[in-house]
Amino acid sequence: MAEATVTSAPTRSTSVSGWLRVYGVYAALVVVLVINLLFTDNFFAVDNFRIQLVQVVPVLVVALGMALVIGTEGIDLSVGAVMALAAAVIPLWLGYGVVPAVLVALVAGLVVGLVNGGVIAFIGVQPIVATLALMVGGRGIALVISGEQLKSIQNQDLRSLGTAEVAGIPLIVVIAAVLAVLVWLLVSSTTYGRQLVAVGGNRRAAELSGLPVKRVLITAYVLCALLASIAGVIGVARAGASVPSTLGNLIELSAITAVVVGGTPLSGGQVRVWGTVAGALLLQLIDATLIKHDVPDSYSQIVQAVIIVIAVFVQRGKGVRS
Amino acid sequence: MTDDVRPPVLQAQGITKVFGGVRALSGVDFALGEGEAHALVGENGAGKSTLIKVLTGVHRPDEGQVLLGGEPRSFGRPLDAQQAGISTIYQEVNLIPLMSAAQNVYLGREPRTSFGLVDTRAMERDARELLDSYGIDVDVRRPLRTLGLGAQQMVALARAVSIDARVVIMDEPTSSLEPREVRTLFEVIARLREQGIAIVYVSHRMDELYEVCEKVTVLRDGRLVHTGDLADLPRLELVAMMLGRTTSEMSGSGVTEFGEEAHTQAAEPVLVAEHLTRKHEIEDVALSVRPGEVLGLGGLLGAGRSETLKAVAGAMPLDRGQVSLDGKRVRSGSVPAAIRAGVVLLPEDRKAEGIIPNLSVRENIVLAALPRLSRFGFTSRRKQDAVVRTMMERLHIKASSPEQPVAELSGGNQQKVMIARWLAMSPRVLLLDEPTRGIDVGAKAEVQALIDELAREGLGIVLVSSELEEVIEGADRMVVLKDGAVVAELNGEEITEERLMAALSTETALPADPGAPPEEASRG
Repeated sequence: MAEATVTSAPTRSTSVSGWLRVYGVYAALVVVLVINLLFTDNFFAVDNFRIQLVQVVPVLVVALGMALVIGTEGIDLSVGAVMALAAAVIPLWLGYGVVPAVLVALVAGLVVGLVNGGVIAFIGVQPIVATLALMVGGRGIALVISGEQLKSIQNQDLRSLGTAEVAGIPLIVVIAAVLAVLVWLLVSSTTYGRQLVAVGGNRRAAELSGLPVKRVLITAYVLCALLASIAGVIGVARAGASVPSTLGNLIELSAITAVVVGGTPLSGGQVRVWGTVAGALLLQLIDATLIKHDVPDSYSQIVQAVIIVIAVFVQRGKGVRS
Repeated sequence: MTDDVRPPVLQAQGITKVFGGVRALSGVDFALGEGEAHALVGENGAGKSTLIKVLTGVHRPDEGQVLLGGEPRSFGRPLDAQQAGISTIYQEVNLIPLMSAAQNVYLGREPRTSFGLVDTRAMERDARELLDSYGIDVDVRRPLRTLGLGAQQMVALARAVSIDARVVIMDEPTSSLEPREVRTLFEVIARLREQGIAIVYVSHRMDELYEVCEKVTVLRDGRLVHTGDLADLPRLELVAMMLGRTTSEMSGSGVTEFGEEAHTQAAEPVLVAEHLTRKHEIEDVALSVRPGEVLGLGGLLGAGRSETLKAVAGAMPLDRGQVSLDGKRVRSGSVPAAIRAGVVLLPEDRKAEGIIPNLSVRENIVLAALPRLSRFGFTSRRKQDAVVRTMMERLHIKASSPEQPVAELSGGNQQKVMIARWLAMSPRVLLLDEPTRGIDVGAKAEVQALIDELAREGLGIVLVSSELEEVIEGADRMVVLKDGAVVAELNGEEITEERLMAALSTETALPADPGAPPEEASRG
């Protein structure tokens, strides 16, 4: 006789730690703003916020894709390499105009995403290993394509992408905002988005429910790589140069941090798009605060590490076994 | 305890073990004589594995003691038991796949040269001699993983006995062996017994037990049901004891919520499955279900009931066999294809294979039907709500709201959510694997009544349950499985406990003698 399960009053984990996990990042954002309001001169200036927003764009765009991948219980370490690849191919195609050059950069991302997703979904290689291969190899290919040369971008159309404004707001910030809304719509109200969350929540159950698990996984890695290549294009436009050797270096770590700090668990099954946006902003503002107070860069890295530890600690409360 | 003249080499007295309020073992006695092969049998949750874990030092008993060679012993950890001479061979070989067979046999006690280095030559020579002495023929220099599963198990066995074992515990040792390898294993067991080594043999395969073992201990629900000579015990009685029945006493009907009368059935089957075969799991299983019929799958633990359901639902790749619905063949090995055809599976392990814990009741219900509740890839909340409302009312799903996380519901309500997920797909055939396991009595009655109702509405249902009353009263027809193959089919009035047990205790052909028969040798 199987044991009788009595309906117990559900003990919701949404106590303090549950609240912190979901809203902690917004609270932290407010705290950082208040601290700056009190202690930092000239922080609350339009120009400063404009700079912060412009600077956060690459990490934010990459983090949006990373959030999707992490939602499937995966991870993508190759995003920085994808940015480098995008940067490397742009100068080669810029002669045909901005549109073909950007399209080729996106195709480079698409290919990397297909390889990542295919290796993970069909061969069953662990995401961290599969994407590590392209993290190293992708940047290598980018360097080969570019001949390890820094290439200055003369094309004014592309350069203006980095400097143009829409109603006083930098164009790239508008692009990032639009992308965030699109990803949010994708996750919250499309069949694909809900299937992605289900695959991350319980892959075996998703398979037995007839979900196209492999397709969902591949699509997630493709979207992640596409967003990374957009970040690469933006990086080139802003710098006015293609520098595949440094563009996107270590950005995978910042992106993962933003996602985790934003309340998306690494164990998958959830994607917090606005939390991710807030997480990226939080990291950017903390960095800026420390810089403004002349704290050396090494300390700001330590601060980042502490934030990661706190974020993971807050998440740990989930999934207690009875 | 019995007329045993040999002193017991390993003995357990009054063992009680409680896990979080659940008694896994209560006052169990067990005695193993020198050179004896002792079968340990019982169904799911009988306490076999707990007893083994107590004997091998994995668990400490809450009450009672373990005696080795007459001395009370308390093993703090598994290694102590091993050093005291109790070795365990698990189903999954726990050796190091990349090391050679010889290295595995002598792992941690390698012979040394005078310089203190590993003497590989001596090690390989000794390993070869050891394996030869048991009639096991393997290349000891090859990495373990390149050997067949049977050979790996023999290496594990050789390692176990070479560490001065007095007792070897074998847990389902033949579950992944070829018939030829099974013969070798039995020969090795015979040799071990000649040397005075005692064997505890855990298996669901009745025929093997009767061939290998002289004694048997039957556990049920953590209690000792019977212990004694196996040869004296009729098979029917052994099966009855495992299932918690006596052959004379049979329970009456009316224990479950299933209706008395048979369902009215169409003549043509909706689902036909033929030749379902997967190595080591099921062998040439065939079944068919008519609309409005509840087909029960009978059998003991490990008979291949869940595997059969998985095969029909496309959730297990097949070596051979096909499933057709209304005469149309369904692509095998594909869950989506089976679902499109209208065949859906309620899996046995609700937590691991059923619910998506972080999603709400609503999202769990609509999960499979999501594409058809969407427009242009966008989900339609209106369509979802309509389906969810209907299902929650019809199945009496108790949740604070459709948005409550499904993980917070009771087991019974989670199970109803799973059923709702499939009913939302308007299936033709429902495969139910243990639909009432782990849910409370009230929910159990509701689920049983629901199965009845669904059949009356014309669904074909295949039911697997380890509770006898449930299959016997619920099924209109029953296919009985044993060791992965169909051994009997019972219709209507024939579905009784006596007939089921008779079918389960019939003798089937044991693996043939060494020098494998041609059809085995040609198997690819």
